[in-house]
Amino acid sequence: MPTKIEKDGLTGRETTGHEWDGLKELNTPLPKWWLYSFYACIAFAAVWVVIYPSWPGWNGTSGWIAREAIVGEMAEATARNAPMMARLREATPTQIAADPQMRDFALAGGRVAFANNCAACHGAGGQGAVGGYPALVDDDWLWGGSLEAIQTTIRHGIRNAEDNEARTSLMPRFGADGMLTAAQIGDVAEYVLSLSGQSTDAAAVARGETVYAENCVACHAERGVGNRELGAPRLSDLVWLHGGTKRDIIAMVNNPRMGVMPAWQGRLDPATINMLTVYVHALGGGE
Amino acid sequence: MSTVEAPHRAKADRPAEAPASAAAQPLYASRQKVYPKRVFGPVRSVKWAVLALCLALYYVVPWIRWDRGPGVPDQAVLVDITNARIFFFWVEIWPQEIYFLTGALILGAFALFAVSSLFGRLWCGFTCPQTVWTDLFMWVERWIQGDRNARMKLDQGPHNANYWTRKGLTHLVWALIAAATGGAWVMYFNDAPTITREFLAGEAGVQVYFFFGLFAGFTYLLAGWAREQVCTYMCPWPRFQAAMLDENSLVVTYRDWRGEPRGKLKAEGVGDCVDCFACVHVCPTGIDIRDGQQLECIGCGLCVDACDSVMGKLGRPKGLVAFETLKNLSASAAATAGMAPGEARFAAGMAVRHVPRFIRPRTMMYAGALAVVSLVMLGAFLMRSTLDVTVLRDRAPLFVRLSDGSIRNGYTIKIVNKTREQAALALEIQAPAGIRMVVQDVENDARGRPLLTRRADGIAQYRVFLTAPHGMRLHDDTPVTFRLLDAQGRAVASQSSNFLGPKS
Repeated sequence: MPTKIEKDGLTGRETTGHEWDGLKELNTPLPKWWLYSFYACIAFAAVWVVIYPSWPGWNGTSGWIAREAIVGEMAEATARNAPMMARLREATPTQIAADPQMRDFALAGGRVAFANNCAACHGAGGQGAVGGYPALVDDDWLWGGSLEAIQTTIRHGIRNAEDNEARTSLMPRFGADGMLTAAQIGDVAEYVLSLSGQSTDAAAVARGETVYAENCVACHAERGVGNRELGAPRLSDLVWLHGGTKRDIIAMVNNPRMGVMPAWQGRLDPATINMLTVYVHALGGGE
Repeated sequence: MSTVEAPHRAKADRPAEAPASAAAQPLYASRQKVYPKRVFGPVRSVKWAVLALCLALYYVVPWIRWDRGPGVPDQAVLVDITNARIFFFWVEIWPQEIYFLTGALILGAFALFAVSSLFGRLWCGFTCPQTVWTDLFMWVERWIQGDRNARMKLDQGPHNANYWTRKGLTHLVWALIAAATGGAWVMYFNDAPTITREFLAGEAGVQVYFFFGLFAGFTYLLAGWAREQVCTYMCPWPRFQAAMLDENSLVVTYRDWRGEPRGKLKAEGVGDCVDCFACVHVCPTGIDIRDGQQLECIGCGLCVDACDSVMGKLGRPKGLVAFETLKNLSASAAATAGMAPGEARFAAGMAVRHVPRFIRPRTMMYAGALAVVSLVMLGAFLMRSTLDVTVLRDRAPLFVRLSDGSIRNGYTIKIVNKTREQAALALEIQAPAGIRMVVQDVENDARGRPLLTRRADGIAQYRVFLTAPHGMRLHDDTPVTFRLLDAQGRAVASQSSNFLGPKS
């Protein structure tokens, strides 16, 4: 720091006292408007700090809080949608699907509700996942793909303990409980493969047919067409919930894995369940 | 070199005598108020005409009506934010066509470059809104407070009733003009008659009042108070326009080879400049053009008129201050170097002048760029389609295996219809034989093709499924094309996509 104000010899103006390689910086004054704008900004900031929550522990004198603003906007949006949501609550999925206005709203709302609640198991686009998470975009339905069937499934869920009306069925543990021998299970798996034309062992198919008729036909029906009343999958198609190799089928007969879906009635309001029903139905496999 | 030693060395290097102007430096630079004097002449007349034209365009355009049929705004020029449309007479721009606006801006920029390289700061001096509104405000000021001398006297005199009446009246008229400016601005974004009625009744939206206030406030501030400071300190254009100018550009110049040495009318051995300061007094930015080319000069040419009228009265040739190229200026200066003032010097200086070279690499480049952008814009505009179709392939999942083993792909088709006609269009695909198409929720025509509707002035969205039967041999990625056919069977739009299946 210079001890006294210096003047530049050439221009006669004050220097700041800073020097770099022999060059000295002139003290160039700020324009008036700039200086006052700067003071105005400082004054503005001082007022702002007092009015708004600007410091940890200080909520400001205005009482404005970002969270409350969001809550307010959410309430506004909810109020705006309320008449439509009331209509969706009262209507049946069939009525919603037939009304273009309600249907557009339900598809948009259903997409969001699906992403929030269903996508974790069924995938973002309803594509499901191997290992017991059914695809909702295909044309193969365990419990039915009509609007009513989908609505019932969403409302009550599958094999859960929380809803008395939940869809329930149980496949016996044929291998693990000793009901069938390993050879019989191998044969019946070969028969099941033959139903979709994938068998390579005619002798095993013939033996397996007998095992099937004695143990499986009650639920999975003749020629493996399945039974939606019981959620018994169709075995004659090419969609496999738990994998379609012989090894996968043997594993299922030996010790079946039974999928569980929670009941959404009570978790979601009826209007949202209706929107989800229409959305899932429109994914591509609705009946 | 340590910082402690620096002041000592600096002291040693300093000249022994500092200049005498050791007056205390102010903390800020004050503005010297400019009192432009009234002026008459051809440049001023052109400037008035341009001003009248620009203002008339700005205020009148929102009121021009243009019938587009029922349910559509009938304002010729309208930026409809709510419905995301820009209307410009017979043109209707959708948000995805905003590149037309970009193109217009690029066109404007190149036109500005071209004009600047030919004629200097024509934009600054004549058509820039800052210049136009400042000129209008100065006219009001002169009308109420009198010309330069009267205004200076008023400012320096006592702040009596006369002072406050004239000042108050000036600011009142300025405020009214500013209000009209802000009011006209919001009309470009709303139906002019409706918004005027709502505005006056206090029923317009908050944003209307906000933008009205913003534009009115800044008009008052920039044209009434800031004036030449906007050009000198705020505007970036004067800073880089020097890159467009060269020695062949026409700029406002003082012919110093003819005017110097300046002196009184009757004095001996002096040039044509009588040092009357007429050019300084009329300058809206308060500079002296005789100091040479300056950043502050906006090229309005009022000093040309002022000097010409003085020269005319003295019976001397006009053009001591003129629109001239720097090349001619230096040629004249070279030809008259060492010559004594007089008619011989004037004749010698004028004789070496040439007509400005308007065609030169720089201007040709700007003209070329202008032509290219114009052609691209024209082409884009002529080939602008009123019907667009977009196809979005589903990504989650990429494909679906159905129960019979067939593979299905899902697509979302959007039909963008920029006309106001609604019509059914048949959808067909060009794809390997065997791939079937189903469109959700539509009817089929007599030939079994799905009928899609193009919604009037809107976007229609459809879900389309393509299914390849089980066992069909497909590449991983099979191209498919969707075509929309009108009632006569002509393809009006097509879009290609692809069909994905499992890795084979």
